[in-house]
Amino acid sequence: MKTIDTSGMSCPQPVLATKKAMEENPDGVMIMVDNTTSKENVQRFMLKNGYQVTVEKIDEAFVLTAKK
Amino acid sequence: MKNKIAIIVAGSVVGIFSVLLVFFGNPANMGFCIACFIRDIAGGMGLHRAEVVQYVRPEVLGLVLGSFILASKNKEFLSRGGSSPFTRLILSIIVMIGALVFLGCPLRMVLRIAGGDLNAVVGLVGFLSGIYVGILFLNKGFNLKRSYTLTHMEGYLFPFVNLVLFVILLAIPSLLFFSESGPGASKAPIWISLMAGLIVGGLAQKSRLCTVGGARDTILFRDSHLLLGLAMILVFSFLGNLAFGNFNLGFEGQPIAHTDGLWNFLGMSLVGWGSVLLGGCPMRQLILSGEGNTDSVISVIGLLIGAAIAHNFGLASSAAGATLPGQIAVILSIVILLIISWGNSEFLRKAKS
Repeated sequence: MKTIDTSGMSCPQPVLATKKAMEENPDGVMIMVDNTTSKENVQRFMLKNGYQVTVEKIDEAFVLTAKK
Repeated sequence: MKNKIAIIVAGSVVGIFSVLLVFFGNPANMGFCIACFIRDIAGGMGLHRAEVVQYVRPEVLGLVLGSFILASKNKEFLSRGGSSPFTRLILSIIVMIGALVFLGCPLRMVLRIAGGDLNAVVGLVGFLSGIYVGILFLNKGFNLKRSYTLTHMEGYLFPFVNLVLFVILLAIPSLLFFSESGPGASKAPIWISLMAGLIVGGLAQKSRLCTVGGARDTILFRDSHLLLGLAMILVFSFLGNLAFGNFNLGFEGQPIAHTDGLWNFLGMSLVGWGSVLLGGCPMRQLILSGEGNTDSVISVIGLLIGAAIAHNFGLASSAAGATLPGQIAVILSIVILLIISWGNSEFLRKAKS
């Protein structure tokens, strides 16, 4: 599954990157974020678009996995 | 959902506190105004000498410190920076110029609407137009490159500076400038201003409140989460104005406002466009600056410099309307925003080459 690293990106880039990744890979994506605000925004976007979301904390980062 | 509660509470409190701060002495329809208050701080520090707008507003200091306290408590403080800092400085100068031509930041725009000021509705249309243009460039790959984690000290310094400024305000006021008349002389008691700033700073940090994000995310992602916060500010400040008898519907005679429709529109379009490129409205920049985001610190410094430039060169509007230098500055700023937007949009530049 395609993994996108959004570390260091300014708002709203993490969600924009998620949107683009999901358009290219409708079955699912993995998005890495480095802060809680991005985690919340990306998670909300994934849920809103009908995906099931799992969140894994790895050190200081989060990996959100969206699956249909 | 938990996050909806946070943004509803934050917006409601901002709305209520804005009306209460006016009751306690802040200028009319200006319980909070990030642009005006940073401009007043610029005056208080002597960066400009417009005598009617000089006062180191504790609300701003409180917003930064409140955000710092809550971010630290929630382990969300993260020292980072390095994302095109000078571009951000220029963008913020432009945002401030636009705000001072309109006579308010997006938050004050909402408070003015809640006070019945229809000129601010014209500003709102401009604001949304600017946001729309910003979004066009976001969709063309506009970005200012990534930021990187920095030392803790880099992140702590700005909240520390705000604390020092507050101590100077309290203990050595003779170092600062204070308006004796005009908006700068209209102020709530220092401790009330500070407490309001601290509480709102904490709530805004927790809820991610952002006046630009609301419209931006609704257009981009059909996500009205942040818009809900903005709506709460509008509703509660409107109700508060009704309760205090501050509501006055119309264009003429509005407090600290002018009726130059074109320049209200264009001024706020600069604010909307620039804020989208910056990743957040002026209030959000203050909150992020307390969280350790030094790109936002640079943005706040840009707002401060922009305010000084505006008043040193006669760019800021008055009740009589926009000034000629202000109008020229707005047109020049549109050109600069176009250049910055195009120059940093990956897809546009790739298509060209």
